[in-house]
Amino acid sequence: MKTKVVNHKTPSVHGKGIMMGRPSFTDDLAEPNSLIVKILRSPHAFARIKSIDVSKAKALTGVELVLTHHDVPRKSFTRAGQGYPEPSPHDKFILDEYVRYVGDEVACVAAINESIANQALKLIEVEYEILEPVLDFETAFEHKSIIHPEDGINEMFPIGFEPKKNVAASYHMHVGDVEATLAKCDVVIDETFYTQAQAHAMLEPHTANARLDYLNRLVIYTATQTPYHVRRIISQTLDLPISKIRVIKPRVGGGFGGKQALHGEFFVSLVTLKTKKPAKIIFSRQEVFESSYTRHPMRIRMRLGANKDGTLKAIDCYSLSDTGAYGEHALTVFMITGSKVLPLYNKVDAVRFGGRVVYTNHVSAGAYRGYGAIQGNFALESAIDVLAKKLNIDPLELRRKNMMGEGETSPIFSIMGEGTEGTAMDMDTCKLGYCLDRGAELIGWKDKYPFVQVGPHKVRSVGMAIAMQGSGIPYIDMAAATIKLNDDGFYNLTVGATEIGQGSDTVITQIVAEALMTTVDKVIIYSSDTDLTPFDVGAYASSTTYVSGNAALKAALKMKKMLIEEAAQYLNAKPEEVMFDGKEFRTEDKRLTLADMANKLYYNENQHQLSATESFVGHKSPPPFMAGYVEIELDTETGEYDILHYVSVVDCGVTINPMLAKGQVEGGIVQGLGMACFEDVKYSGRGKLNSNSFLYYKIPSMLDVKKLTTEFAESYEESGPYGAKSVGEIGIDTPPAAIANAVANATGVRINKLPVTPEKIFQGLNKK
Amino acid sequence: MKVSFVLNGRNISYEIAPGEYLADTLRANHILSVKKACDEAACGACTVLLDGRPILSCSFLSARVEGRSVTTVEAVQDEVSEISDFFSDEGADQCGFCNTGLALTILALRNELKNPTDEEIKHFVVGNLCRCTGYQAQFKAIKRYLEAHK
Repeated sequence: MKTKVVNHKTPSVHGKGIMMGRPSFTDDLAEPNSLIVKILRSPHAFARIKSIDVSKAKALTGVELVLTHHDVPRKSFTRAGQGYPEPSPHDKFILDEYVRYVGDEVACVAAINESIANQALKLIEVEYEILEPVLDFETAFEHKSIIHPEDGINEMFPIGFEPKKNVAASYHMHVGDVEATLAKCDVVIDETFYTQAQAHAMLEPHTANARLDYLNRLVIYTATQTPYHVRRIISQTLDLPISKIRVIKPRVGGGFGGKQALHGEFFVSLVTLKTKKPAKIIFSRQEVFESSYTRHPMRIRMRLGANKDGTLKAIDCYSLSDTGAYGEHALTVFMITGSKVLPLYNKVDAVRFGGRVVYTNHVSAGAYRGYGAIQGNFALESAIDVLAKKLNIDPLELRRKNMMGEGETSPIFSIMGEGTEGTAMDMDTCKLGYCLDRGAELIGWKDKYPFVQVGPHKVRSVGMAIAMQGSGIPYIDMAAATIKLNDDGFYNLTVGATEIGQGSDTVITQIVAEALMTTVDKVIIYSSDTDLTPFDVGAYASSTTYVSGNAALKAALKMKKMLIEEAAQYLNAKPEEVMFDGKEFRTEDKRLTLADMANKLYYNENQHQLSATESFVGHKSPPPFMAGYVEIELDTETGEYDILHYVSVVDCGVTINPMLAKGQVEGGIVQGLGMACFEDVKYSGRGKLNSNSFLYYKIPSMLDVKKLTTEFAESYEESGPYGAKSVGEIGIDTPPAAIANAVANATGVRINKLPVTPEKIFQGLNKK
Repeated sequence: MKVSFVLNGRNISYEIAPGEYLADTLRANHILSVKKACDEAACGACTVLLDGRPILSCSFLSARVEGRSVTTVEAVQDEVSEISDFFSDEGADQCGFCNTGLALTILALRNELKNPTDEEIKHFVVGNLCRCTGYQAQFKAIKRYLEAHK
């Protein structure tokens, strides 16, 4: 299909305005006289508040309000912004008598400025009963310390929630008889992997502000990925009618899953409701690290069985996930460790997946780009290389023989969904074979595998991994779009879809411009304002291009039909006799420009408003696929290594915006490299996060990135808008396994615990 | 206490608290292009130019700019617009939270280094962290912008 806007170079619609400093982010739009809200946070990993005295803080001039667990509604909820009813346990209170990690909320202060708010925090006197914390997730199950002993917490539907055993969720599934199949295999490998609690480290810290408008409604501006979930959860927890709440998502400075939850919204809402004054909260970077979200750390045991000829027969994956103090996204992240990883090898006779998600006294884990898939991918794709070595088969050959192909399926799709049963689907597009071959060519696999000696103690080696993700959550994720024709013939496009920097406003605008045969500048997008835009679940699960994009496409096609019907009336013709090229309507003998028609429509003749709304729910979640290859140079004396080149070949269907799609992949790759190589999470012995700033928690800088090559496979997904699948998460999945495999190829040292640091390699080299 | 300095070409005088940092002073006075992201001079988002040189305003005491000249993106709109064209053309825009600080660092780079090598460019902007883009598109955009001004 020939397109004019889609799949063509199109700059971000907001790029210039933002770089030029136009106020657009949440705090730029706060009321200048907002009360400053600050949170007193727990110094203990686990404690019960015996008494709390706020009288001195309240007496301080300039303090407007102090709230403790005595002053807020006691109603359990989950901060996770996801489908409703949520698959996450309702185990959180706005403020509670228990504090469950260093950084948990104890009290909330609102004052006329930051300095007074900080002084007030110091004046709050708290007496704690210190409890024994659970700091090692491998000992959390049935630990004598119960992290959630309280009443009033519950699961929304069965998720294996057993708080008295420190279990937030559990899950098991199997296809075929794994043990019997493994017993018959020629070769079995059994490896255990560990992944760390990566920090999102988006540049804009969590922030929210609230005010009462002249209708006396609560208006919340917030840096969120899920404005509609924010509105619902605030309504439910504060017992405020949802009609009294408006949530506006301004420009968001990155999310990566970290803003797929409510963080400061409760506090600014409470302060504003109680004081009737505007209020704002901005997390310090320390709070972002210590008191928001991390990736779920996991232990994953992977057993693979194969025949001598390299036919993979069985996969057994048993995982333990650490959800920290609260169970946000606990089950769903856990299930994706299986459901968006194990189908990569769909020809096995038997596959089993299961395990538990446990509570610990660490900061809560939550959604993070990759959402379980990156953890599972590290384990499976490392294990495949271990198996290849044992079978003495080239790892590419082993993958080629066993991996998912176009037109194929996996029984896992129908068994495992988002906390519930899944949806059966065939892979209508899967160019994994192409991705594998093209990536090998681009990295020079033939000449470099397993390694090349380039100096007395320097080797260059290659490693790789394949991956898959999804495109939204079928039958759950809903998105809607409204298109309004304006006089002079330009359009307003309002969508619930949540632009968080990934470029969704641009991509959706392109889809609509394409369908209406116009240009991007004629389509003015406004997204994510719960009063003004139609519903959308939000930016998560790689759903926006596919789900929100499909909704926008449907709305545009509906608008096109309406335009032609209107023009037919003005032209005294039948709609089928009217030709439309995006600017002008024609019949055999008459012409009418869109601008003229729009002006007639609103000013002169048969006046009425043209507006089209459509929505979309996926009936499947077509996975994007990719192959990631890395070349490293490693010093065999010290274990230090440099990443020379990372090659990504991606099948995400048609790229609506090739430049922005590339940016999604490359941004994902570099975040994944951070997790693979050095982003390390360090706690003190008492559960205090030591890596709580950019000085101690290093994220990749421009110097860490030598060369990235990113290509897209030719692919057209029939069910996607203009053939597109998703591309937001897939990029992050391959680096951990690719790096570990490259290190193993260079040295024979297999690192099963992320990050793959020079120290670990050095220790491995010395053991040999 | 009071601090008087030249902000974007105009003499101004602000009431500040002792120990107040420049990023807070500027934001409180509606200079909203200045972003705060790390509070400790570790990420570059709060970059402003002090007498033409980039400083990290989140950790720079407001009192220290007394009598000096501070420039933010608000005062160099044409130059930043041009930089943004190169960013747009390379697909280097994602969330943009770091872009105002980065743009000022790029302007300082252009003034300070003539014919910089790739490594010199990277070292000059290495303090401006970005979690979105993976840096490749940013780097290409910066390089092309500098080449256009040789």
